[in-house]
This record gives sequence, structure tokens and C-alpha cells, in this order.
Amino acid sequence: MAASGLEARIAEWRAHVERGRAIDAEDARELESHLRDRIDELRAAGLDDEEAFLVGVRRLGAVDALTREFARVHSGRMWKQLVASGDEKAPRRGNGLVPALLIGFVAAAVIQVIRVTTIGTLAGGFDDAVGRTADPTWLARNAGLVVSAAIAAWLLVRRRPGPSVVLATAMPFLIVALWINLAPFRSAGSGADPQTLLLAAIHAPIACWLLVGVAYLGLAWREPARRMDFVRFTGEGFVYYVLIALGGQVLLALTTAILVPITPGVLTPLLEWGVLSLAVVAFPFAAWLVELKQAVIENIAPVLARVFSPLFAIVTVVAAGVYLALGATRPFDRELMIVFDAVLVVALALTLYNLSARTPGRAARFFDVSALVGIVGSLALDAFVLVDLVARIGEYGWTANRVAAAGLNVILFAVLAGAAVLGVLHLAERRPIAALERWLMATLPAYSIWAAFVVFAIPPIFGFR
Amino acid sequence: MRIDKDLVAALATPLVLAILAEAESYGYAILKRVRELSDGEIEWTDGMLYPLLHRLRSLGYVTEEWRVSPEGRKRRYYAITPRGREVLAEQRLQWSTATEALERAVRRLELTGRARLGEA
Repeated sequence: MAASGLEARIAEWRAHVERGRAIDAEDARELESHLRDRIDELRAAGLDDEEAFLVGVRRLGAVDALTREFARVHSGRMWKQLVASGDEKAPRRGNGLVPALLIGFVAAAVIQVIRVTTIGTLAGGFDDAVGRTADPTWLARNAGLVVSAAIAAWLLVRRRPGPSVVLATAMPFLIVALWINLAPFRSAGSGADPQTLLLAAIHAPIACWLLVGVAYLGLAWREPARRMDFVRFTGEGFVYYVLIALGGQVLLALTTAILVPITPGVLTPLLEWGVLSLAVVAFPFAAWLVELKQAVIENIAPVLARVFSPLFAIVTVVAAGVYLALGATRPFDRELMIVFDAVLVVALALTLYNLSARTPGRAARFFDVSALVGIVGSLALDAFVLVDLVARIGEYGWTANRVAAAGLNVILFAVLAGAAVLGVLHLAERRPIAALERWLMATLPAYSIWAAFVVFAIPPIFGFR
Repeated sequence: MRIDKDLVAALATPLVLAILAEAESYGYAILKRVRELSDGEIEWTDGMLYPLLHRLRSLGYVTEEWRVSPEGRKRRYYAITPRGREVLAEQRLQWSTATEALERAVRRLELTGRARLGEA
């Protein structure tokens, strides 16, 4: 075999290696340099080109096994492609659109049944027709739950995990659904503000998001490293949903502009039947899009995180400066607490998606520093509010809303404080960035566990009021 | 005597770190050194070294740099970090504790065996 023949065979081998996307061009070059070293050595020992090439490739190991091993180390890369190895080997199951739409329409039908039987139409008339008062809390209780159950159901259909994973996902969903519909919440009809009911309704989907994670990852949920894939899925799904919602609004505006002048009464049924149903169907549809497009589109959420983390850092530092200068003298109220919870959530999200955008081993100091500044700034801001809360709690007393907001705040504060410490240690080159990722992934279930506490424990503590 | 696959897997991290603690190196040379050090008893599929090196890198135990070698070939060189040295020291302690315990257990076995022979 001539030297050019050897070159051709090496090029062929390299193309084969690079086809499994777990191995990127740089890794392939590293492997090729290894192969060439081996071939040189074997040729020096008296083998001809052909023999040296075959032995060298054999010593490197089967490409499939190699790809799998690389995939385990670089799960972020793998996430961008649909199947772990060899597209041909995966059983053909369609691309999952039909089940996504079917599940979406079932979920929409459930929501519509709840709406029709408890509210009727926004235009009124329900009270006369059924003889009962319209009660919108039933829709509030179930909307988030039905939507997250739809996403989980689609993931289970797509992944086909064992029965234990299906049960581990479905049973808690059932328990939450039973509790939120059967527990003796005081609803709007009884005159008072149904605080614990609304809290439970808002927190139920957050508690259930952990179950969606179980459906997404299956048994791999136990490995904190794999949870990052679920974080990516969540972020990108969110971005897709927002895009779909924006498009939907344009479509709705057009439809309204065309139809309302001719048939003025069309708007209410259009909103109630069309928009509400499609808004539900869009959830499993967005999940399907994430699964389909992750190979095509570069992950959007990390890009957004990179754009906004420097801006967010500036905002928090300026705001903290203003608070420091003027003093946090405004009396504490719940709205403010929720705003600061939101600030911490944004700081956390930016940190997470900054991390998921990193290429291991490649420095991204600017983004690391700006994420860290954003965390520290929002922690400083939040500290003002926490101090204020503690100082005034005797004056105002604990209500269900305040407990829920303060509990979330404490958890976020603790997680972000840990993240700030690890971020500083990383910049000082004392700890690897992986330590920060491990910390954020290990604490991921805490939010859902707290939400479950708000759903199940806070209502009885406050007498379901 | 070939060393068992699971044992090789457990040994791989401290062994690679120890080799890098001597001097920075690249994949092919690391494997050659492993063969030399173990008289050819420890061997694994060549390619599997690289995912291991990348894992050590993301854990912050080693750093990497592309450089052109004296022979004119582009190679990725790996160097151990202070954190890597700490981990090496720790794992070395674990290994020596484990081998000592095994050694003692086997010696006891031999002693009691001999005692029984003495009684008989």
C-alpha cells in the first residue's frame, strides 16, 4: 500500500469517528495523532502500512464503544443529537408529533370540560343555566397540573421507560391531583381571599416538574450530572413556548381584526374554545419541538443567558447601590418579597444556562465573572429585604403567602450563596467549574420539594384559608 | 498475569495522575509509560484513555494545551494541577490502605494455616 493509500484510510477512519457527534473535531484530531504514533511505531517494528493501520485502529478500540465512552463524559454534546449512537439502530417510531398532538388535545379536552362545568362562559349565563355560582378556582387548581402531566405523559410515550419509572411519575401526579381537588380549601365563594388554594395551585406544577424530570431522564435522574440535560430541556422548552405564544398572539390579533367587524359576538367563544385549547396543546408541542430541534438549532437558552448575564450583573449592582444609598426604608410587603424571589430565580437561571453553554476546558472568564457579579448583586439586594422581613415580622405576622415567599427566598439564597462561593473558588482556580455544576444539580430537587411542602403542608397549617 | 478489568478501571485515575505528576505528557506517551511501569500487565483499549483524560480535565485535575511536538506532530499535552496532586495523594493513601489490609488478611490466613498444620 502506498503512502497515499494509508492517508486515505486514515481520513476514512477519521470521518467514521466524527460521525458520532459525541466526538468533536478536536478530539478526533487527538485520536488521529495517537493512531499515527502507533502506526509509526509498528512500521518501525517491520509491519507494512496495511498491517500497521489495522493493528493501530484495533488497539484504539471499536468506534461504537469509543463514542459511547465519549458521550458519557460530554453529555452536553450528546444532548444536541437525538439518539446516542448509530441512527440506524434506533427503532423507527416516527418523530413523536402524533402522540404529542393527541396528548395535547386530550389535555385541552380535560381543561375544556372543567371550564364548561364550573365557569360556563366568560359572558355569564352559567348561574342561570345550571343554578350554581361560577367558580374559576377549579380551572386554576387544575390548569398547571394538566399541562405538566401532558408533558410528562408525552415524555413517557417517547422514552418508553420501565414500569417502575412510569409508576414513579404517575402515582405522585395522581396524589397531587386528588389532594388539590379534594382537600377542603375555602374557595372564592366563601367571601375571603382563597390564599392557600391559590398558593397550592401555583406550586403544584412546580412540585410536579420534578416528576417531569423523572419522565425525561428515567433512572438516570439519580445522577446529578445528567440533570443538566433536563435543565436544558426546560430552558429550551420555555423559549419555544414563548415564541409560539407570541406567534399565537399575532394570529389572534389578525383573526379578531378580520372577524369581529362582521360578527361581534365571535371573540368570546374564540378565546374560550380556540385560544385556551391551543395554549394547552402548545405545551406538549413545545416539548416535541425541543426533542426534534435540539440537533438543528444551537441551544437558545444558553445564548440568551450569555447575552443577559452581563446586563443583569449591571442592573443588580446598580440597584444594590441605590438601596444602599437610600436605605431600604419602604415597609415590607409581600409584592416586594415576590419581586425579590423573581430576581433570585433570574440569577439562578442565568447561572445555570451559562454553565450549560460552557465547553469543558475552554475558559469563559468574562461570563463567569459577570454571572458571579449578578449572583452577588442579587444576594445583596435580597439581604436588604430579608433583614427587613425579620425585623418587621412581629409587626405583620406570618400569613400563608409570606411563609411561601420567604421559604422560597431562603432556599434560593442558600443555593446562590453556595454558588457564589464556588464561583469565587473557581475564578481563584481552587475548585473546578464542575464543582459549581454539581452543587446546582444536587440542589435541583429542593425547589420542587419546597413547592410540595407549600401544596400539602401550608394549607392545613393555615386552616385552608 | 493479566490484571482484572475492573481493577484496571479503578487504578486508571491515580495511575494517569501519577504519570502526569512526573512530567506533562500526551496520550500515546502516557499509555507507553503505563506499559513500562507495569511490565505490560496493565493494558486497556488505547482510545479509552482519552475520555478518562477529558473527565479529569472537567474535574479540574489536569489542564490541556495543543502544541507541536519535536517530531512536528500536533499533540494535546496534559499537565497535572495542584488539585490533581491532592487527589493523587489521597487516592494513593486509599490504595496503600487497601493493599495493606489485604496483605494482613492473607498473612493471618497463612499463619493460622501453619498453626493448624503444627497441631496436626
